[in-house]
Amino acid sequence: MKVGSSKIPSKTASTESGLNSGALLQVSEVGFDYANLPILDNVSISVGRGEFIAIVGPSGCGKSTLLNVISGVLQPRSGTITSDGLVTRIERLGSISYLQQRDLLLPWRTVAENSRLGLELRGHKTLNSNKSVLELAKQFGIADVLGHMPWQLSGGMRQRVALLRAVLPENPVLLLDEPFGALDAISRRQLQRWLVEVLDTSEKAVILVTHDVEEAILLADRVVVMASNPGHIISEVPVVLDDRSYKFDLVTDPEFLRLKSAIIKMLDTQESVR
Amino acid sequence: MIMTPSVWFRLFEWIPAVIVMVALLILWELLVHVMDIQSWLLPPPSVIAMEICNSFDILMKHTGVTVSETVIGFLISVLCAVGLASGIVWSRTVERATYPIIIASQTIPIITIAPLLIIWVGTDIHSKVIVIVLFTFFPIVINVVQGLRSVEQEMVDMFRTLGASPFQIFLKLMIPSALPGFFAGLKVASVFSVVGAVIGEWFGSSAGLGWFIKIAGGQFQTARIFAAIAVLSTVAILFFLLIVFLEKWSLRKYPPTAERVIRLGES
Repeated sequence: MKVGSSKIPSKTASTESGLNSGALLQVSEVGFDYANLPILDNVSISVGRGEFIAIVGPSGCGKSTLLNVISGVLQPRSGTITSDGLVTRIERLGSISYLQQRDLLLPWRTVAENSRLGLELRGHKTLNSNKSVLELAKQFGIADVLGHMPWQLSGGMRQRVALLRAVLPENPVLLLDEPFGALDAISRRQLQRWLVEVLDTSEKAVILVTHDVEEAILLADRVVVMASNPGHIISEVPVVLDDRSYKFDLVTDPEFLRLKSAIIKMLDTQESVR
Repeated sequence: MIMTPSVWFRLFEWIPAVIVMVALLILWELLVHVMDIQSWLLPPPSVIAMEICNSFDILMKHTGVTVSETVIGFLISVLCAVGLASGIVWSRTVERATYPIIIASQTIPIITIAPLLIIWVGTDIHSKVIVIVLFTFFPIVINVVQGLRSVEQEMVDMFRTLGASPFQIFLKLMIPSALPGFFAGLKVASVFSVVGAVIGEWFGSSAGLGWFIKIAGGQFQTARIFAAIAVLSTVAILFFLLIVFLEKWSLRKYPPTAERVIRLGES
């Protein structure tokens, strides 16, 4: 998100402690067990309005589980999560947009019918939700395929449809779990650029889970580094690059490279510790 | 009707079966004449065709009885089976209470229950309907349960994050997911229901193709038996094709299932 860059440093400074009363999404000391095995331990993150956070970490460190807990799909063992004032798991379910790793499009519904699913479940009239779908479909580059069936689309297009379905209910918090993980390098880069554009003007709080450090730095205002056994946060790295609007040309920028090598070093260290 | 290439192609696919069928009928006709087989023992196809024409009215009357039993039994079976399958998927208690009994009941040959039903409920349509329900219930329940269960946890989670209620998940995710399995069960049940009707009629009735065959058998009217069998099998095939047509229509939006069949002869 190319959010007005002047805001970022101050916001990052205040959230480094993980405690920010003004945050839109506040995750405090969350722990989660699966079959008595600790998966997450003492995880605290806060995300402000219009802020884009990336979580990186080795596979199996509980990144996806964390999103499941935040979205309300899973009940944490301990800790609290507050999203836009909603505290209980049941309250959060349905009020946080969540794009899973797989697009999970319903094969028997057209692109338009898949996109409006969230609105339909909220009881919106088909006519109105179709109007909302149409408005955003252009921006998402899927206006021409609204009548297609999912199996007629490429992986990148399917992922756009899934994101449209996730954001249409207009929730203030958006969770993205490796949204480009299954795509080839070219589609991946295209979709990253496009995501930045789509979210440019939004006031959403976004958490992106990825294993791609470069992707994390390019997209996020702050990179949270996690380690495994059980999953916990080892560091938060604010991303302050001079000219964020040309961020995608910055892959050779010294500051970019410094951030990248610092984060990779953190990930490498914990690999060797294990 | 405009014959598109695909329609022609589909009709073309039927030609081998038609050729084999006609060849078998000709062979049958020739063998009966050459070997001079008595008509009461094995009538040739030509005599059977004549019999169908001659007793067309009475055949249709009994066909009507069998068809109405079949359709009523089939519909009741579908309703009960879908209801129970939903209950089994909805609640563990319902599953534990009913699933073992349903499976155990399938080990009892239906043919042994038919005489009991005649004793209990009489020789009118009710006993036939019950036989059909008992006969067709199982394949539908099994297929629908399997279909409803085929839904992935991730899909359910996706629905929940969109704020879906359990009922909405059932309606908009589980039922559409179960539809292919539902039709697989219906196809089996459609054929079974005709068989069930005949079995019911066999053990006690005063009309229907099953009864008609039984009576004709007692009088050594072999051509009549064959005529009734031909009509019965036509009815079953038409019923099956009707279900296939409904399936094709209902699943028209589903992704095409690629037919990948290994054919050693066509490598």
